[in-house]
Amino acid sequence: MSAREEILGRVRAAVDGAAVPEVPRNYRHTSGVADPVALFCERVSDYRATVHRVSDPATVLAELCTGRVARAPGVEWDAPTDLDDPDTALTGCALAIADTGTIVLDGGPLSGRRALTLIPDHHVCIVRADQVVSSVPEAFERLAPAHPITFVSGPSATSDIELQRVEGVHGPRKLDVVLVG
Amino acid sequence: MAGTGFPAAAREALADSQLRHNLRHATTTIRAKRNAVVAELPDWEELREAGAAIKDRALATLPEQLERLEAAVERAGGTVHWARDASEANQIVAGIARSHGARELIKVKSLATDEIKLNEALAAQGISAIETDLAELIIQLGDDSQSHILVPAIHKNRQEIRELFERTIAEGEELGTDPEALTEVARRHLRRKFLTTPVAVSGANFGVAETGTVCVVESEGNGRFCTTLPEVLITVMGIEKVVPEWRDMEVMLQLLPRSSTGERMNPYTSLWTGVTEGDGPREFHLVLLDNGRTSALADEVGRQALRCIRCSACLNVCPVYSRTGGHAYESVYPGPIGAILTPQLHELREGTSLPWASSLCGACYEVCPVKIDIPSVLVHLRGRVLAQSTDHGPQSTERATMRLIARAFGTRRRYEAAQRLRRLGTGPLTKLPFGALAGWTATRDLPDIPKQTFREWWRER
Repeated sequence: MSAREEILGRVRAAVDGAAVPEVPRNYRHTSGVADPVALFCERVSDYRATVHRVSDPATVLAELCTGRVARAPGVEWDAPTDLDDPDTALTGCALAIADTGTIVLDGGPLSGRRALTLIPDHHVCIVRADQVVSSVPEAFERLAPAHPITFVSGPSATSDIELQRVEGVHGPRKLDVVLVG
Repeated sequence: MAGTGFPAAAREALADSQLRHNLRHATTTIRAKRNAVVAELPDWEELREAGAAIKDRALATLPEQLERLEAAVERAGGTVHWARDASEANQIVAGIARSHGARELIKVKSLATDEIKLNEALAAQGISAIETDLAELIIQLGDDSQSHILVPAIHKNRQEIRELFERTIAEGEELGTDPEALTEVARRHLRRKFLTTPVAVSGANFGVAETGTVCVVESEGNGRFCTTLPEVLITVMGIEKVVPEWRDMEVMLQLLPRSSTGERMNPYTSLWTGVTEGDGPREFHLVLLDNGRTSALADEVGRQALRCIRCSACLNVCPVYSRTGGHAYESVYPGPIGAILTPQLHELREGTSLPWASSLCGACYEVCPVKIDIPSVLVHLRGRVLAQSTDHGPQSTERATMRLIARAFGTRRRYEAAQRLRRLGTGPLTKLPFGALAGWTATRDLPDIPKQTFREWWRER
């Protein structure tokens, strides 16, 4: 008998007659917060990322994007989309979650390929105010898993040595969020 | 792993004052962080209810969910393998690595691969597995074993880590004890590996049956590197890690980070479905692992241990764990959850002293994000261990003693006779000075019997 058949057989025998519970979904779907954008900015800052809230991103982007910059294809900026060993990655995002201060990248034109935001030491992410949802359930409602999805909540970090937080273990050491609107 | 059993291993750990200091610092810090972020959510109890029901539903319909997961992964261009036990899983991983000519592969911290001792099995076939999580790297370089699910090197302080790095990956360098500088050493060492190693192995926090999506939750970014840059990705996932629906993730990703690191969300969560053209690995293999899980599943009371999402909240609140640390549990799954998971995964052939490694205070149940009633399962497993015990060993002696005491307590006449015997210094209610029975009174005082009982006094007046 193949491993597949044997395991499935054992599982069937083990759960034979087990009750199948319904999942109670009475947890909050939205957090009901009055100003999700302000909450998002606050929570992102808690992770020691820097938030720049602007109506026109051009000036702040010019300041942030120094050195060798690579960008996601859907972001309008004078920088190449593919570059070996960039210092800074410039992307947009699929959406952002206020409750947890999370940026969600989905591999689309605004987010770019996963490697883009992984290798450089600095990630600059543009979030439009209308992309901010209040809660994790609202985010999942809008996400489709056909493309790789990455949740980013602050810069790369570890607390493995005496629980002291150190930023920039493997991913970008610095995260700048430019919130437009 | 055959060990000395919890009581002996715990005694050794309790004598290590450095370990106890590190543990106290770590468990109290994480506990406070967890409490703060859990208190932020007014619907925490509703989320726990939903989380428990999602996992129960997944387990009750596991055959269907596994088949759905397999079909969805294969539709998305991945390959699914099934492994009955550790050696079969290790063979599958080694076989894939060999077919790509790999002498080296990179790994994300994963309990499932620790459980099956993948690194040792690969080494025996000439393939070296490089751990990329900072704590796992510290463990691997020190030829050590992990003591906490979440912070495996919790038992090491910065001086010890500096000395270790100076002996290994930073030979000839003078390092400080600043955690930032030590982390930088690991970053430099691993960056080169990430960019050049073509095969990676990961575990999985969740696998979504509906969509075939696999999820890895992490902090450092090594998980993103391993699941993105190599050409071939092999994920080893216990069959109990499946959740039925995509939207179930909205519950799990609220419960896990807050319970685990005490963060609103961990720095990085990766979700991928099979392979994606032009982004990430070109080959994806999912190895579904049984290794004792179906045997745990067959126990109606014990099966709830399989709901575990490996957050480690129960470790940090446990009065036993926070003093002995993880090594005393002699398993990759320490703490209260380990005490119910380890014996069950070994079909009660190993780890049989673990169900007693608890005061049954219930703190673990209170913090568990998927509401595993650990105290009840502990008591249930104590019963199972005793029921299968033979006529030899401490457990059979305890059983015989309990039977004797039950008889003594059975009628008033026998009880009073036992009391009189006890005053003479013998009989079933006396101190227990000999052999296995001495273990019982080593940590407990038998109450003194008064010179005269109430009934005797009443009769005399």
